[in-house]
Amino acid sequence: MYEFLTSQVVYDFLKGPMVWVSFIIFIGGSIYRVLSLISLAKKDKVVYPYLSVKYSLRSIFHWVIPYASTTWRKRPWVTLMTFLFHICLLVTPVFLLAHNMILYNSWGIRWWTLPETLGDIMTLTVIACSLFFLLRRLIAPEVRFVTFASDYLILGIVAAPFITGFLAFHQLLFDYRPMVMLHIILGEIMLMAIPFTRLSHMFFFWLTRAHTGSEFGVFRHSRDY
Amino acid sequence: MLKMARKPVSDPGFDESAKKLTPEKIEKTIKWVLEKEAAGRLKAYLETCIHCGLCSEACHFYISYDRDPSYAPVAKVRQTLWDMIGKKGKVDAETIKQYARIAFAECNICRRCSMYCPFGIDMGYLMILVRRICGLLGVVPQYLQDQSNSQSYTYGQAWVGQDDWVDTVQFIEEELRMDIRNARIPLDKEGAEVMYSPHSLEAKFKTNLLSNIAKILNVARVDWTMPSFDGWDSTNQAMHAGDHEIMGMAERKHFDAALKLKVKKIMTSECGHSFRAAVYDGSRWLGWKEPPITYLQPTQVFYELIRDGKLKIAKKLPGPVTVQDPCSIVRNRGMGDMLRSIVKWTCEDFRDVNPRLEHNYCCCAGSGVINYGPPWKFIRMEGGRAKIEQFRATGAKTIIAPCHSCHKTIEEMIKYYKLDMHVMFISEVLVETMEIPEDLKVIKPAKAEKE
Repeated sequence: MYEFLTSQVVYDFLKGPMVWVSFIIFIGGSIYRVLSLISLAKKDKVVYPYLSVKYSLRSIFHWVIPYASTTWRKRPWVTLMTFLFHICLLVTPVFLLAHNMILYNSWGIRWWTLPETLGDIMTLTVIACSLFFLLRRLIAPEVRFVTFASDYLILGIVAAPFITGFLAFHQLLFDYRPMVMLHIILGEIMLMAIPFTRLSHMFFFWLTRAHTGSEFGVFRHSRDY
Repeated sequence: MLKMARKPVSDPGFDESAKKLTPEKIEKTIKWVLEKEAAGRLKAYLETCIHCGLCSEACHFYISYDRDPSYAPVAKVRQTLWDMIGKKGKVDAETIKQYARIAFAECNICRRCSMYCPFGIDMGYLMILVRRICGLLGVVPQYLQDQSNSQSYTYGQAWVGQDDWVDTVQFIEEELRMDIRNARIPLDKEGAEVMYSPHSLEAKFKTNLLSNIAKILNVARVDWTMPSFDGWDSTNQAMHAGDHEIMGMAERKHFDAALKLKVKKIMTSECGHSFRAAVYDGSRWLGWKEPPITYLQPTQVFYELIRDGKLKIAKKLPGPVTVQDPCSIVRNRGMGDMLRSIVKWTCEDFRDVNPRLEHNYCCCAGSGVINYGPPWKFIRMEGGRAKIEQFRATGAKTIIAPCHSCHKTIEEMIKYYKLDMHVMFISEVLVETMEIPEDLKVIKPAKAEKE
């Protein structure tokens, strides 16, 4: 195992072709999932006639802004953790210094970079929030009742690249090389898992909200937030 | 898995029907509904739900049963759809009975949870799918199945035949003339403005309600009519029993009656489910985006009549008053403000409920639960605790509920929880408070002699 994680051949493969493969699977798979859902929704017959841009946006707006909907206000802590988690989860990998350096070295592209300390804080935030969600699954009865192994698995898939990334950057626990290899592998697994697990809520969120928002606005004449 | 405690209930509609099931039939039916009838929404909902449990607080069952996690909306989906999908439809008859209990008796399809789910997942729709499966398998509460059968025969839920109907209308008209001079209940009047379509019970043992509506429409001088033939009835219990075919047939008959009479609008009775059946489930099943004829609920009609001055209010109802927001017309059609306007115009002391409008709690009798008969009464009483606490907090003595199911169950809950309150329909309030024009007042013989 240790040899595998320190092998130069494997490292080159993971940093090269495998990145392409995982991004192609992530983007291609996501497009496929969205398109197939859109065509399947045609069969439902009651989705498209009621769709409205205005009410879709109204609904999405109230649910992507913290505390703008009743649920968010009723559960202030869950809301805080949910928003911190998702913001850090999406922002950190894209603007992290180490990632941007790889990008610059390979393609010469550069964009805004997070200060190193902030990157660290945001990574730790993702880890802390994951821990919060894990504890919530274990403790809160209404969550435990509907928790399956797959729920722990997807939480693990998301948290793992952040944990290994943090450990690698600070060279804790293991040497840098095997840890960063582990980080790359887990990151690629996460990307490839998104379209094919319930992590797909990343893009289905917008679709289900658009439907419900329109249904409430156009047909039910009431608010869904 | 946590322990799930439930009182055993013996309902022949479940127990006897389940005996006739075979594993092949169950599997075939589940596959038919989930693969052929359901499509994008089911897939999106199942694959988006992140099992966060945030919908729990939305459910009145969950609150009333002291936050028992097995009553949370997502838990109901877990114990039905996830279970049958996980087992690929290979479940036994006992399991179908459990599914049926959850979908029929432990969910009122009030759709409050879809407002509390971050993804807007419509768990009401998912429970309708489970009811559909159970309905196709014949595992339906016996009383509900009986009403669904009535629907297929008389197009209404209470076995009122066409001859009984005409007879009833005639005696109501006669009695009405004691209150309103030359009052008319015009049957089969072609080209009338509004067709009133009552609840079956208004032609059976709640005739005073039909009489009240007739009184109001006479006083407001509305150009109205009712069909003497089948299609007069607006109820639709087949919708609740998962029998979409009969639901569609009854709704078609209903719309056909209105088209035959060439009326401009249909007004249903003060009922939530019949409004939902016509506007939502029925219309969509028949392929209409909105009902083919303007479809009104009395709340809206009364609101417009008072607002436009066609109905004048002579006095106000005394005592503290609060309202029940029926899910079918408030959360699912936004009539909450109209209801409040009417109450403010007609009552002295209005005290609003909290939560209100679309955030109201269901009365726990919606989607047919009111009709399951004695075996299931306890579930309405226990599950409605959240509702009754809400009323208790207002300190009101009168609850105005423009829905038959809400009305009946709240009246029963008041007795069950020993409260000093009573429930009224809007029409009952209007009959007491409206001004009767001079030319419509009946000249009583004794009074005539004096003059």
